[in-house]
Amino acid sequence: MATENRTKVVVTGLGATTPLGGDVPTTWQAALEGRSGARALEHDWVERYELPVTFAAEVAVRPEDQLAKVETRRLDPSGQYALAAAREAWKDAGSPEVDPLRLGAVVASGIGGVWTLLNSYDVLKEKGPRRVFPLTVPMLMPNGPAAAISLELGARAGTHTPVSACASGAEAMAYGMDMIRSGRADIVVCGGTEAAIHPLPIAGFAAMQALSTRNDDPAAASRPYDAGRDGFVLGEGAGIVVIESEEHAKARGARIYAELVSAGLTSDAHHIAAPDPEGSGASRAMLFALESGGLSPADVVHLNAHATSTPVGDLAELNAIRGALGKDADHVAISATKSMTGHLLGAAGALEGIFCVLALHHRLAPPTINLDDPDPAVDLDVVRKDPRPLPAGDIVALNNSFGFGGHNVAVAFRSV
Amino acid sequence: MALSEQEILAGLAEIVNEETGLAADAVQPDKNFTDDLDIDSLSMMTIVVNAEEKFGVRIPDEDVKNLQTVGDAVSYIQSAQG
Repeated sequence: MATENRTKVVVTGLGATTPLGGDVPTTWQAALEGRSGARALEHDWVERYELPVTFAAEVAVRPEDQLAKVETRRLDPSGQYALAAAREAWKDAGSPEVDPLRLGAVVASGIGGVWTLLNSYDVLKEKGPRRVFPLTVPMLMPNGPAAAISLELGARAGTHTPVSACASGAEAMAYGMDMIRSGRADIVVCGGTEAAIHPLPIAGFAAMQALSTRNDDPAAASRPYDAGRDGFVLGEGAGIVVIESEEHAKARGARIYAELVSAGLTSDAHHIAAPDPEGSGASRAMLFALESGGLSPADVVHLNAHATSTPVGDLAELNAIRGALGKDADHVAISATKSMTGHLLGAAGALEGIFCVLALHHRLAPPTINLDDPDPAVDLDVVRKDPRPLPAGDIVALNNSFGFGGHNVAVAFRSV
Repeated sequence: MALSEQEILAGLAEIVNEETGLAADAVQPDKNFTDDLDIDSLSMMTIVVNAEEKFGVRIPDEDVKNLQTVGDAVSYIQSAQG
């Protein structure tokens, strides 16, 4: 695969609102300290619906504290999180002066405006159609957050919303990279957002037996690779990055965190929700990312795993990593940050992409918490308890994201 | 009991502020909703529905287009109160 003469894409701005913090520095610090964002849910609906799962990882800072009141009224929570994160990322990138026709926005969501959809349905049933808020449709549509950011920044090169369940956020970064490489944009604001801590998704995921039911100890519930893992912990929030061509970044003197080298996107065609136990589709995604980026397995020193803490998924991914990297998998420091953040669904790939970028920038892999009793089938090097220093020199990190529907996305980043 | 013009104006200003973030004292009778207050048709519908609830009146859709200024709305609500 030809990789010469390809536009180099770099990451110049980071923004997030997560269960660990209202911005990137707070989130990163909490991740290095190994804190859990999972807590008991204090909402009357938990008891009203007798939900089998009574905890989740809600955003640490409420959007009402980050946005104007009129903004929270006109955006679904998923749009609110995205807007807060995009503002941080844009500011972090130095609020670049940019031609609007060369600025793109790619913001994913796995589920879309579920709060708006269902609350509006309640209004319709209880008060009739005239009381349905006129902005209901733009608020509930999954591209609403992308559109809000496009409006905020005046992005006119194209606004897009990949939807691929829990791979959506990573797919958005891949799409943004392609927009720059194909010449459609010089700079793209991309990432993912999710606000699905609502009784219906909780009931649905619980009905699939996908969620941890460790109600008596929320902070210990997300435990990827641990023998006692029993499902994922639902999280929420947004992760947004600013990416641009290296030429554009250098011309404006931007601070460059890392290079966004390449991505691999494949599908399993195996089962609507279960991962292929061999992980072959996931392997192909990682291999494609490496090959299309001109990288070799030996270059990879760190991998932020999808690792949601489900019994089947965690091991399938390890098989896939072994399948893609072979013996070079042994020297990869693997972090499963969902142990701390919970699973942000359509925002997960974006947040974990940010963690990869920061791991390269600070040469520090974040820890995996709650890994007290590793599953005997785990034969790779998982970073436990404390952050792990990463080597000097030219190093590569991979971020894996997989989604219901058999979507596999691997994104490769390189240090600068 | 019917509210005075001043009370209706204050109540309407509160609704507009809630919907748009505009300062309540910017909502004066001579202000045009579109040209002066930059209120689009979607926001106008929300304001109308909230006004119906607050003042216990009904403002049919076909009458909304005649409410060009804040003063028009205040008068309409006042006469609709009966």
